[in-house]
Amino acid sequence: MSQDPRPNRLSAQPDAQGRFGPYGGRFVAETLMPNILALEAAYNAAKADPAFMAEYEGFMRDYVGKPSALYFAERITEAFGGAKIWFKRDELNHTGSHKINNCLGQVLLAKRMGKTRIIAETGAGQHGVATATVAARFNLPCTVFMGATDVERQKPNVFRMKLLGAEVIPVTSGTGTLKDAMNEALRDWVTYPEETFYVIGTVAGPHPYPQMVRDFQSVIGREARQQMLDQAGRLPDAAVACIGGGSNAMGLFHPFLEDEDVRLIGVEAAGEGIETGKHAASLSGGKPGILHGNRTYLLQNEDGQITDAHSISAGLDYPGIGPEHAYLHDIGRAEYRSATDAEALEMFQLCARQEGIIPALEPAHALARVKDLAKELGPEGVILMNMCGRGDKDVFSVAEALGVKL
Amino acid sequence: MNRLDQTFSALKAQNKAAFIAYVMAGDPDAGTTLAMMKGLADKGADVIELGLPFTDPMADGPTIQGAALRALASGMSVKGVLKLVEDFRQTHPDTPVVAMGYANPIFIYGFDAFAKDAARVGIDGLICVDIPPEEDEDLRTALESTGLSLIRLATPTTDEARLPRVVANTSGFVYYVSTTGVTGAKTGESQAVNEAVARVKAACDLPVAVGFGVKTSERARDIAQSADAVVVGSAIVEALHTGGVDQALHLAADLAQAAHSARG
Repeated sequence: MSQDPRPNRLSAQPDAQGRFGPYGGRFVAETLMPNILALEAAYNAAKADPAFMAEYEGFMRDYVGKPSALYFAERITEAFGGAKIWFKRDELNHTGSHKINNCLGQVLLAKRMGKTRIIAETGAGQHGVATATVAARFNLPCTVFMGATDVERQKPNVFRMKLLGAEVIPVTSGTGTLKDAMNEALRDWVTYPEETFYVIGTVAGPHPYPQMVRDFQSVIGREARQQMLDQAGRLPDAAVACIGGGSNAMGLFHPFLEDEDVRLIGVEAAGEGIETGKHAASLSGGKPGILHGNRTYLLQNEDGQITDAHSISAGLDYPGIGPEHAYLHDIGRAEYRSATDAEALEMFQLCARQEGIIPALEPAHALARVKDLAKELGPEGVILMNMCGRGDKDVFSVAEALGVKL
Repeated sequence: MNRLDQTFSALKAQNKAAFIAYVMAGDPDAGTTLAMMKGLADKGADVIELGLPFTDPMADGPTIQGAALRALASGMSVKGVLKLVEDFRQTHPDTPVVAMGYANPIFIYGFDAFAKDAARVGIDGLICVDIPPEEDEDLRTALESTGLSLIRLATPTTDEARLPRVVANTSGFVYYVSTTGVTGAKTGESQAVNEAVARVKAACDLPVAVGFGVKTSERARDIAQSADAVVVGSAIVEALHTGGVDQALHLAADLAQAAHSARG
């Protein structure tokens, strides 16, 4: 996370109040406010401390396996018949997704702050597994809140977290999904504010989380940008990533924000279709509001009540989006599209057969829009997509969706 | 002088603590809530705290979470809450009503529109759980323009450096959250609560109400020794849910008696 030497306005966000334009901020109960302010101060000190960053980078290299490869997806390029497609292979990280980039940073920060327990929320379980992994490594007790519905549909990850020594608490309040897991984690934090470090998994929540998670995830874009220059000899025409809360997309986009010729494209989960109302596309189908510590686009009804997200991918099943994405959307620096459950399922299978890579359902959404974009840009074009997770965790739910009995 | 200031100064003259009773609007329907509001006022509640239901109440325990979901299932909304207070004012022009809820429904209704409509129907103040002082300028300006109180929360984690900032722009009263945790959990230790109340009182001239986890008359009496008001929420909501209006009002009458007689 060395400072980018180029003077850049967009990447200097957020402001001192944690705002990205009108989005972001610190909308938390008073009990948590002193904690949030202390976290901000500790984070700013840590990232300016070479010893802290050296420890982080050491573990990123030797434990996480960074840098992850940049791979030319030749057979998918042929299959789509247009632009050249490159995958940033963040699914090769330890624990199988980009999530650990952030968990490692936050858990190291927790230790530095003298916190004695870790809590996290999780949807698909990838963030929960990554947090439990790092907490085990640093010998900190870890409690993961997971919606009861998700506990049911992500059993392998629940078992993984338990193997790693974490306590998994099924959340039955509300609708028993990711947003309720986050509510419950906030309730725990408000109850044990002194000793607890809350490892938020996405670029949302109260300031400084959207900035801190983005900073830790920016390793994706920093590596990929340099690798594109080295391996492809140029920057891509477009960088594409899927979006639930938006952490892998923000990590990919951020180092490209000042490269005006690089289009940034986020792909939300359209579920059964935006028009059906059963989707998780906060930008395409929501409006600005306040939830979970920040002002951002939310799925909600006309009375400001939060509505349920829907996606085949538990990792995208969240009714909000990080505030920086909300801002990039409004100013037009990034484009946001969506892909349905059916499209993701199709791409999941196609990627497995064409490239021998079983992708997570989350990046399978991104691949659906890469397909259109490849045609749009033509053979001269170059597309960079973040393969943010591998699909092992999804094989059971994909089998079920395809009507295959295991 | 507004209703809140009148109520607190009248009680102070009698050396009595106020009893603030919480009820969730629309739990399980608007008619029941109206009956509860009237009954609470008649049984000795000095201030009614009316919950605005929200799908994601991050600071509430299971009791009030359940009440919010029942209220939303009955169709309760910000508009519905305004209508309830309008109806309540037909029979009870003097009992202060304070709305308590979360940012998003009010943000979507519009801070200015809410301040205007709330003042028109006779709401006296607002407690917004997830808008801390750092973020409340827009809301505060809107409420001030129509004469409503913005009631801020102070908590056990609000330290000496922060307290003056928290109480600086609050009006009506300061709501002291007796413990770290959600509504309906355990209360803080008596001595710690007493010390905290003294600390808040030293920082401002406003009445200090203590809430979160106050369930019994004994505890209410205890808190009323030092605090200017005792807030009871979850226990009343639970009594209403399990035993109906009569049982909830019976409990409220005991709590009111405990708060009012604590210093006598």
